[in-house]
Amino acid sequence: MLGKLTLSAIPYNVPILVGTFIGVVVIGLAVLGAITYYGKWGVLFKNWLFSVDHKRIGIMYIVLALIMLFRGFTDALMMRTQQALAYNSPGYLPPSHYDQIFTAHGTIMIFFMAMAFMQGLFNLIVPLQIGARDVAFPFINSLSFWLTTAGAILVNISLFIGDFSTAGWLAYPPVSELQFSPGVGVDYYIWAIEISGIGTVLTAVNFLTTITKMRAPGMTWMRIPIFTWTVIASCIMIFTTFPALTVAIGELALDRYLGMHFFTNEAGGNVMLFLNLIWAWGHPEVYILVIPAFGCFSEIVPVFSKKPLFGYPTMVYATMAITILSLFVWVHHFFTMGAGANVNTFFGIMTMIIAIPTGVKIFNWLFTMYRGRIDFTAPMYWTIGFIIVFVIGGMTGVMLSIPASDFVLHNSEFLVAHFHNTIIGGVYFGYIAGMNFWFSKVTGFKISQKLGKAAFFFWFFGFFLAFMPLYVTGFDGMVRRLNHYDNPEWHIWLQIACLGAFCILVGIVCQLAQLFLAIINAKKPENIDVTGDPWDGRSLEWSTSSPAPSYNFAHIPIVHSRDAYAYDKEHGIDTRRTSEPYHDIVMPKNTSTGFWIGIISIVLGFSAVWHIWWLFIISGVIILAIVIGYSFIDDKEFIIPASEVERIEKEYSRKLMTQVAE
Amino acid sequence: MKKILPKVLLSVMGSMFAIVLSGCKLVVLDPKGTIGLQEKSLIMMTAGAMLCIVIPVIIATIIVAWRYRKSNTNSTYAPKWDFSYTLETIIWGVPMCLIAFIAYHTYISSHKLDPYKPILAPANNPHAKPINLQVIALNWKWLFIYPDYGIASVNEMAVPINTPIAFRLTSDAVMNSFWIPQLGSQVYVMAGMQTQLHLMAIEQGNYAGLTNNYSGSGYSDMKFRALAKDDKGFQDWVSKVRASSNQLNDKTYAKLHIESIKNPVEYYARVEPALFDNIVAKYNNGMVMDKITGKMIYTGSTHFSNTQAGE
Repeated sequence: MLGKLTLSAIPYNVPILVGTFIGVVVIGLAVLGAITYYGKWGVLFKNWLFSVDHKRIGIMYIVLALIMLFRGFTDALMMRTQQALAYNSPGYLPPSHYDQIFTAHGTIMIFFMAMAFMQGLFNLIVPLQIGARDVAFPFINSLSFWLTTAGAILVNISLFIGDFSTAGWLAYPPVSELQFSPGVGVDYYIWAIEISGIGTVLTAVNFLTTITKMRAPGMTWMRIPIFTWTVIASCIMIFTTFPALTVAIGELALDRYLGMHFFTNEAGGNVMLFLNLIWAWGHPEVYILVIPAFGCFSEIVPVFSKKPLFGYPTMVYATMAITILSLFVWVHHFFTMGAGANVNTFFGIMTMIIAIPTGVKIFNWLFTMYRGRIDFTAPMYWTIGFIIVFVIGGMTGVMLSIPASDFVLHNSEFLVAHFHNTIIGGVYFGYIAGMNFWFSKVTGFKISQKLGKAAFFFWFFGFFLAFMPLYVTGFDGMVRRLNHYDNPEWHIWLQIACLGAFCILVGIVCQLAQLFLAIINAKKPENIDVTGDPWDGRSLEWSTSSPAPSYNFAHIPIVHSRDAYAYDKEHGIDTRRTSEPYHDIVMPKNTSTGFWIGIISIVLGFSAVWHIWWLFIISGVIILAIVIGYSFIDDKEFIIPASEVERIEKEYSRKLMTQVAE
Repeated sequence: MKKILPKVLLSVMGSMFAIVLSGCKLVVLDPKGTIGLQEKSLIMMTAGAMLCIVIPVIIATIIVAWRYRKSNTNSTYAPKWDFSYTLETIIWGVPMCLIAFIAYHTYISSHKLDPYKPILAPANNPHAKPINLQVIALNWKWLFIYPDYGIASVNEMAVPINTPIAFRLTSDAVMNSFWIPQLGSQVYVMAGMQTQLHLMAIEQGNYAGLTNNYSGSGYSDMKFRALAKDDKGFQDWVSKVRASSNQLNDKTYAKLHIESIKNPVEYYARVEPALFDNIVAKYNNGMVMDKITGKMIYTGSTHFSNTQAGE
C-alpha cells in the first residue's frame, strides 16, 4: 500500500534532524498562527498564492530563494565546521550524513536558491523594463513558480522522511545507480530536478516570448535595456540546454526504476555518456545564472555613475558571444577522462575564449564609472566588490581551463574555491545588488543602505577568509568532499575557512535585519518611495509608481531612445502620457490552477520516490485532468475600467506634485 | 568597529598570503616528478601572465571608483560619454592578446603533457625500461599489479626513480580518479574502460596518493602511499612483496573485492596474469581491447563473468 515507505524511514534517532524538525514545526506553527490571528488566509491565497501578477510571483520566487539560501547555507556551515574539526578525528558528522549535506548544499543552492532568485528578478523587472503589462503567458508563469516550489519542497521532505542523495549535486553514476545507492535519496533528487526543470523551461519560453513580442513601441532591439538583453541570453541557454539535463536525469531514472543500462557499469552502460549530457547543461547553467547578474551590474553602474552605460553595443555582443560559446565548453569538466590532446585543446581554448567577452564587460563597467559622479549606495558596494572578487575567479577559471594545469587542479579544493569565487562573487553579489537596487520599486518602500553596506563587508571579507584558504589546500593536494583527513598542513586553513563561513553568517544576519527593518519601518514617511524613481533611473521601470499598479502602465510608454526614461526626463517628455484619456485595461484573472498542479506534483514525486504506484497514477491523472479542464475555461480575463485607472493614476500624479512642491 | 574590522581581516589575509609564499611546501607546487614539474611551471607562467592584467584591473577599479566619487567635484564629469572606438579596440584587444598567449601554451602543453603519451627514458638513466603498473580501483582501496614482476599490492605502490611509469587503470566498482599530487597528472578510473597515465618520479620519497572523484562512504579513506625508491630500494620492496605468503587468484580476489574501508596494506607474491584484462572484460561481455592493435579480443575468461551484473 505504501510502497517502500515504512516507519523506519523517519530518522527519529538522529538528534540533528529531530532538532531541525522541531524547529521547522515551531516556526511553521508560528507563521500559521500569525496568519490566522491577523485573518490573512484569504489575502494570502487570493492575492498571492493564486496570483498571476508577475510582480507578486517575482516576490514569491525571491522569498523561496531566501528560504532556500537559509537551508543551503546551514548545510555550508555544517560542512565547514566538520572539516575544521575532522583533523585526525571523525568529526561530528558520519560520511552517510555529511555526504547528504554536500549534495543538498549544491542542489539547493543552484536549483532552488540561485535559479529561484534569478527567475524572481526576471519576473520583477523584465515586463516593467520593456513597458509591458504582464508576461506573455501569465498562467504558465504561475505554474513555473509552483513547479519550482514543488521541487524545493520535495528536496526538503527528504530531511524528515527517508534520506537525500549522497552522490553529489550532479549525481554522477555509477555511485548514483541502484547498485551503489539503493536508498531513496537519488530518487528524491531525480524527481525534484525533473519537476522544477519543467518550471524553468516554461519560464524561459515565457520570457523569451514576452521580450520578443511585447516590447513597448519604439523599443528596437538595440534599445532594449541591458538587463533584459541578459535575460534573453539566459532564456536561450535555458531552453537549449535544460533538455539535456532532463534527458540525463530521466535516463538515470530509467536505470533506477526500470533496470535499464544507460549509465551502469555493465551491459553497455557508459558513465561518460552521463557526464557529457549533464555538463552539456551544467556549464551553460553557470552562465544562465551569471549573465543576468552581469545585467544587474550593467543597470546599477550607469545609474549611480550618472552616465549612460559605456559601450552598450559591445555589451550586447559580449553577452551573446558568451551565450554561444557557453555551449561549446562542457568537456572541460572532465579533461581527466583520458580524451586525446586535440579534444582537450579544443575545449580548453573555447573555455578561455569566454574570458575575452567577460573581460570586455569588466572594462566597460570600469569606463562607465570613469568620468562619472559615483554615488556609493549599497548596490554600488556590491558591484565594486564583485569586480574585485570576480576577476580573481575568472583568472583561476582560465587556469583550470588549461588541460595540463587541470590535471593537477581538477576536483581539488582549488576547484571548489574557483566556482564559489565566481558564483558568490558573480551570481550572489549580482542578485543582491539587484535586490537592493530594485527593492523600493517592488515594495514601495526603501531598504536600509547602511545595513546593506555592513552585509556587503561581512560577505566580502568573509568570502576571502572562507575561500582563499581553499585555493591553498587545493595546491596542497586536498580533494573536495572529504569527510575527514589526517594532513596537519590542511588543518589551519580549514579552520580559517570555517571562520570565514561564520563571517558570512554575520553578513546574512545583516541582510535579514535589513529586510526585517525595511518591513517594520515601511510606513514611516521617510521610507516611502513616493516618486517611484528614487535613484534617478534610466529605464522604463522607474517611470511608473512604486510599487507599480497591477497593470504596470496606464498608457504603454513610447520609446524614443536607448535609456528611454532618462531620454524622456531630459527632453521633458511625459512618459506616462497623463494628458491622454485613459482606457479600460484587460488583465488576466488570478487562478489556483498552477498552485494545485504544483501541490499535486509534490504528491506525484513523493509517491514515485517511495514506489507508491497507485498514488502516482492517481496524481498523474489529476494533473492531466486539471490541465485539460483549465483549457476549457474561456473566462480568464477581467477589465479594469478606465475610471479606476484614472483614479489610480491621478492619485499617483497628486503624490508626485506634492513631492515636487516640498 | 567599521574601521577596525576591514583592517583586521586585511592583515589576516596578508599573513595568509605571506605563509603561502614563504612556505611553498604545497605539494602541487613542490613536485617530485617530471610531469608535475612541467605542470607547475605552466601554472606559474599562465597565472603570472594573467596577474599582469588582473592586479592592474583591481587597482584601477578602486582608483576610478574613488576618484570619481560624487563628493569629488574636481574630477571631470562627462555625462554623455558612452562610446569610444579606440577604447573598445583596446578592451577587446588586451584580453585577446592574453588569451592568444595562453591558448598557444594550452596547445603545446596539452600535447606535451598528454597523460597517454609515453615518457622517454631520462638522460641520467638512458637505458631505463618503463615499469608497467596496472591499477584497479575497488571500494574503497587501490590494487596495484606489477605484470612484469607477477606481484601485487594493496594501498601501497613503489616505483624506481628516474624510470618512466606506464599505468593502465580500470575500476571494478565505481568511478574514481587516480592521483599522486606530487608526481603530476591524475586520470579517471572507470569500470569496463581502460585509461592510461604516464608519470616519472625523480626524487626518492613517500608520497600521498588518493582518489579525486567522490566514490561513496569510504571515499575519504581511499588513500595509498606511493614510494619512490632508488633501484636497490625498489628491488628490496619487490623482494618484500615476493616474500609474502598471499597469492592473488579468483578466490582471494573475490575476498578483496568485498567493500572495505581503511584496508591495510597487503602484498601478493603471485598474481593471475590475466586478472586486469578479465576485470575489464567482465563489463564488456568478455571482450577486452588489445593494447597493441587497439582491437577488441575475447578473453575467454568465465571466472569473472557478471559477478555483479544482475543487480
